[in-house]
Amino acid sequence: MQKPAILVLQDGSVFHGVSIGAEGLSSGEVVFNTAMTGYQEILTDPSYARQIITLTYPHIGNTGANEEDNESAQVWAAGLVIRDLPMLASNFRSQQNLGDFLRLRNVVAIADIDTRHLTRILRDRGAMNGALMAGALVAADPEQAAATALAAAQDFPGLVGMDLAQVVSCESPYEWQEGVWTLGAGHQEVRQPSRYHVVAYDFGVKRNILRMLTERGCRVTVVPARTPADVVLGMKPDGVFLSNGPGDPEPCDYAITAIRTILETDTPVFGICLGHQLLALASGARTAQMKLGHHGANHPVQDLASGKVSISSQNHGFAVAEDSLPANLKATHKSLFDGTLQGIRRTDKPAFGFQGHPEASPGPHDVGPVFDQFIGLLETYRSRHQHSR
Amino acid sequence: MPKRSDINSILIIGAGPIVIGQACEFDYSGTQACQALMEEGYRIILVNSNPATIMTDPGMAHATYIEAVEWKTLEKIIAKERPDAILPTMGGQTALNCALDLDREGVLAKYGVELIGAKKSAIEKAEDRQLFDDAMVAIGLETPRHFIAHNMEEALAASENLGFPNIIRPSYTMGGSGGGIAYNKEEFVEICARGLELSPISELLIDESLIGWKEYELEVVRDKNDNCIIVCSIENLDPMGIHTGDSITVAPAQTLTDKEYQILRNAAIAVLREIGVETGGSNVQFAINPDDGRLVVIEMNPRVSRSSALASKATGFPIARVAAKLAVGFTLDELRNEITGGVIPASFEPSIDYVVTKIPRFTFEKFPQAADRLTTQMKSVGEVMAIGRTFQESIQKALRGLEVGISGFDPVHDFESSDARNILLRELKDAGCERIRYVADAFRAGMSVEEVFEYTRIDRWFLVQIEDIVREEQVLAALSLDALDRDYLFQLKRKGFSDARLAAVLAISEDRMREHRYSLGVRPVYKRVDTCAAEFRSTTAYMYSTYEEECEAQVSERQKIMVLGGGPNRIGQGIEFDYCCVHAAMAMREDGYETIMVNCNPETVSTDFNISDRLYFEPVTLEDVLEIVHLENPKGVIVQFGGQTPLKLVTSLERLGVPIIGTSADAIDRAEDRERFQHLITRLGLKQPPNSTVRSLDEAVREAEKIGYPLVVRPSYVLGGRAMEIVYNEAELRRYIRDAVKVSHESPVLLDYFLNSAIEIDVDVVSDGKQVVVGAIMQHIEQAGVHSGDSACSLPPYSLSPDLQDEIRRQVVQLALELKVVGLMNSQLAYQDGEIYIIEVNPRASRTVPFVSKCIGVSLAKIAARCMVGKTLVEQGFTREIVPSFYSVKEAIFPFNKFPGVDPILGPEMKSTGEVMGIGQTFAEAYFKSQSFDECLMQPGRKAFISVRDADKAALPELARNYHEFGFVLYATKGSAKVIADAGIPVQAVNKVMEGRPHIVDMLKNDEIDLIVNTTEGRQAIADSATIRSTALRHRVYCTTTIASARAVHEALVFGGETSVNSLQHLHGK
Repeated sequence: MQKPAILVLQDGSVFHGVSIGAEGLSSGEVVFNTAMTGYQEILTDPSYARQIITLTYPHIGNTGANEEDNESAQVWAAGLVIRDLPMLASNFRSQQNLGDFLRLRNVVAIADIDTRHLTRILRDRGAMNGALMAGALVAADPEQAAATALAAAQDFPGLVGMDLAQVVSCESPYEWQEGVWTLGAGHQEVRQPSRYHVVAYDFGVKRNILRMLTERGCRVTVVPARTPADVVLGMKPDGVFLSNGPGDPEPCDYAITAIRTILETDTPVFGICLGHQLLALASGARTAQMKLGHHGANHPVQDLASGKVSISSQNHGFAVAEDSLPANLKATHKSLFDGTLQGIRRTDKPAFGFQGHPEASPGPHDVGPVFDQFIGLLETYRSRHQHSR
Repeated sequence: MPKRSDINSILIIGAGPIVIGQACEFDYSGTQACQALMEEGYRIILVNSNPATIMTDPGMAHATYIEAVEWKTLEKIIAKERPDAILPTMGGQTALNCALDLDREGVLAKYGVELIGAKKSAIEKAEDRQLFDDAMVAIGLETPRHFIAHNMEEALAASENLGFPNIIRPSYTMGGSGGGIAYNKEEFVEICARGLELSPISELLIDESLIGWKEYELEVVRDKNDNCIIVCSIENLDPMGIHTGDSITVAPAQTLTDKEYQILRNAAIAVLREIGVETGGSNVQFAINPDDGRLVVIEMNPRVSRSSALASKATGFPIARVAAKLAVGFTLDELRNEITGGVIPASFEPSIDYVVTKIPRFTFEKFPQAADRLTTQMKSVGEVMAIGRTFQESIQKALRGLEVGISGFDPVHDFESSDARNILLRELKDAGCERIRYVADAFRAGMSVEEVFEYTRIDRWFLVQIEDIVREEQVLAALSLDALDRDYLFQLKRKGFSDARLAAVLAISEDRMREHRYSLGVRPVYKRVDTCAAEFRSTTAYMYSTYEEECEAQVSERQKIMVLGGGPNRIGQGIEFDYCCVHAAMAMREDGYETIMVNCNPETVSTDFNISDRLYFEPVTLEDVLEIVHLENPKGVIVQFGGQTPLKLVTSLERLGVPIIGTSADAIDRAEDRERFQHLITRLGLKQPPNSTVRSLDEAVREAEKIGYPLVVRPSYVLGGRAMEIVYNEAELRRYIRDAVKVSHESPVLLDYFLNSAIEIDVDVVSDGKQVVVGAIMQHIEQAGVHSGDSACSLPPYSLSPDLQDEIRRQVVQLALELKVVGLMNSQLAYQDGEIYIIEVNPRASRTVPFVSKCIGVSLAKIAARCMVGKTLVEQGFTREIVPSFYSVKEAIFPFNKFPGVDPILGPEMKSTGEVMGIGQTFAEAYFKSQSFDECLMQPGRKAFISVRDADKAALPELARNYHEFGFVLYATKGSAKVIADAGIPVQAVNKVMEGRPHIVDMLKNDEIDLIVNTTEGRQAIADSATIRSTALRHRVYCTTTIASARAVHEALVFGGETSVNSLQHLHGK
């Protein structure tokens, strides 16, 4: 017998559905994502910490879950909202169905609600806080449950000013060796000798970023979000990578300070998503919360130099304000959906950032080549260093 | 970079007649291309031989040529119009092949015309199997292991290597024509022999079998800056082994993880780059091994296709329109995504938040000799698409939209049969067109998902959901209506169950079910198709029903006219009716009404969201129409344009208070009901062939005696002459009643005296209820007895006296006034021995309306629609018949080459899928242009074979003399030869098949005959001579099966090949 579940938004909207995950109460910012594939990658993306994700495609769980498609060790999202959990997962790589995957990871999730209605509410009024409640408590007294959930939704402080990077970050440094996924072989350890050493700040890093760096000949050392610049520089990296991550970049002053220091050394720096925003902040620009944010796998991003359009994966609720860019920070990419800034480059330093997700996973691989751009910088600056030595 | 300014005029090549594998989706794409390029200010020249298309409406191009799509005709048009560029990617394989011919024959170079949209090298790389294979290897993609064979020896060597089963596909044929799966050597040799014949370059591709693999298609669009987007992914429910056009398909892909999907996406884009599609849309087909994900590229089409039409409708992203703009130099980011009102560019990938299911529609019943199994050669003639929030809802909506008498997963299997299990297993394993219903029946028979998977290889993801539907039905069947409370019913409706299906399960009437649902307040809501899963606000009212919380219809208070479309195409109801629906919608829109279109056919122009103000992509069933009427409250609903589909609903709709406009339901009934019609004819003092309506075998025999033989026999209320036959004696009549139809009180059989050698005449009129104006009188070439949809016809008549035409006008006008027709009426008459007989009257749009409109330069459908909303003909300024100063001939096009073994004889049952039009200063020129004569027929010394039935012997001497004098060497069967020889004309007698060898079929096989005149009657004689016609078909020998057409052929040949080409705009002096 299916147990009931409810989703309550801070404005009092209530959606009744069925529980498809763990029992309990969970609150967060409710967002929607229009990607039609990749729910497992989305659920395990640390950038979704404290967010309740609504997936707009109605059937979610078609391909079950497997060990290869996780983007981190756990589900960071605060909950999942879908229209329909299929009766059966069907895929040759499936090891578990989505329901079990969610329950084992203690994720509250709801199905059977009008997700398009919810999406339209969020689209029109902007991202909202909300709470999911599932299981016996809802069954026992739906009205009381709704009140409890509403209170939880309203108590949720919102993501503005919330530093979640240090919440999701690793506790101690580690080395990363796994390469990208290929059909038939899965994720292989990369065995060829690495050409560059990259220190990656973990603000909530997705594994596929590390895999793509590894694949391109990098020895990757992942360090916690609060690692000071001198420790990182002490590792003598060829480059520093600033990862994606959840929440508001502004309160991450420790990271901003560290990045400023690193930039002064002419070490190549590459930031993705939150990392890109932190690079901007460290360079003197401002960031702000967007009305809706970008969450999907179909976003057109234009390279301002070449005019070329790439379809990209996006997941951000904050953005760098273009009018705040200092003279040494140039816009390189923009979104063709809403014109927002999608890429920046320091004119005086070997540093650049990309707002979308070149590592995809999920989503199109079109912007993958920005990793090559980073490798190019590593190559250029290493030979420079060698010359200067 | 904006559009190109170095080109000013563009020639767009259409797809020609509707055939299996190339249907009205190319009218949709061509129409979009015309509109898209017209609005950019280019001069558009269009060529398409199919008059039933919207694209050939004079307003769609600056110069419209309804001419054959072949290079010689195109050269004439190019010489006349001197276009700067040719866009060949909108007209299917026909247009691409024609473009290659133009290049090969040096026409492009001679006139300095550039191909845009697809370069020659790209077309060749995509089409030539070896070049394609090499290209795929170059980008590291696998193709099925395969061999190319140019003769039987090479083919046999290939099959040695590949083993059985293997798949045979002839090169350069459309819809996989002539291909097949061979499980043994005998089948292999048969398919290869056929394929070598059908391939214009005698080339076969013999593939390793991937039967049972999963099949996917991606629709890709690329611009000149190498920006690529995937518009839609499609997953075939039916695995490899069944042509994708014959497969049930679902969008988006359901059973791929993101990692696997991205492999497909990257591969699809790599394919476009490698093949060299610089601008435009293409589709790439893949097979995936379900056990390990191994990926194989099956094929790609460097042009818009059936799938791209489906993808456009499935996502709301108009691929053809965008592709046309890319072809003239725009880039994706410069174009806007229209459905969202342009807030986002076209350079993005649509995200959808619903499930789309397409189910093909078959007409095997028309070709009883054809094998009704689905293979790699496409056989379906139409398709239905449905949108639901879930797969279950989507597929159940599609099933009821198919209009094959089912309202969901109705059982099809005979569980009581002694061989029930074997029959069921065969239907699962060796798919026919009803397989999906047998899948449901397998669950009814207690089979498990695993078992059904073993036999069908349909992904379990789909199977469990079908099983669930069956289980729901079984639970419900044990309950009564009272048990259906609001929540329970809502849950069932959410799974897509129709009222009719629920009613059938509960053994109650649909009315009762509907009333119960209304009483519980369970009503659908409407969601929008917006390309973006609601991320952006949509300004376009493209909607589908579902059972959810929120309705997004945003109904207006404007005055509305609703047009009911024709549903999936089938033989007898095709593009012609869509043409009428589109015109009705356009006229009403021009007049300031809010127009609402309801239809479920993804191939059509009517389901383009730009055609009406509001598009409901819904099955055209009573339930679905009533819900939209309830929501929209239209001023009027137009049912007479969509063919039989909406017409069937008239009585129920009117009973339930829906405001039907135009001719009343009662008048429709008076014309359709035989007995009432007879009274009408008698009252007006008109004649009809002696006839009777019978309800039992005994009564049939009795009545037949009274009327006399031969008789045309048919069930009542059918379209396209379904199950219609001519019987010549009592034995044949008894067999017909016994085998062909079930007679009962509800479905009686009609007997009509058959006018053996009458001239048949079609008349279309339009009326405002007070005044009637004749649209056109058309004289059929083939005599009465050949279905009007299969007969060629001439406008104006080519051999009817003015007095006779006036009398026809008088009678038809009288009929229309008596029936108080408001809108269109089509009448079929026969003229024999100085008498005019009324064969039938249809107070609705007919198949000939688009043809007539092209001939007279006025849209009859628009005028008719305006009559229906109360505008008189006087107010519209259409008060006099327009008789063109030139001749137009409409000729039918048949799908016989898709059904090996079928006898291509014409008869009372309609079999054609499409039509072409020939225009000339004389009848002979027009007829010549409507035929595709081999040029060699004009040279002397060609050999004609003549064999006619006794009734035609009197006409034989004149006919034979004409052919002889034209230069044919005559051969004839003994009886015919004697008549010819007696008239003093040289002729050689030839054996019939049963008279010993060598016989006529041997001669045909040896390519010793160039033209056949073969008339026959009676079931046995037809059967005896069938091999002659089917062999002629295979050997592409021109074959005519009536004396009348043999005469017309002679006239045309005498006229010879010097034809002129004229645009419609020129012909109509506009």
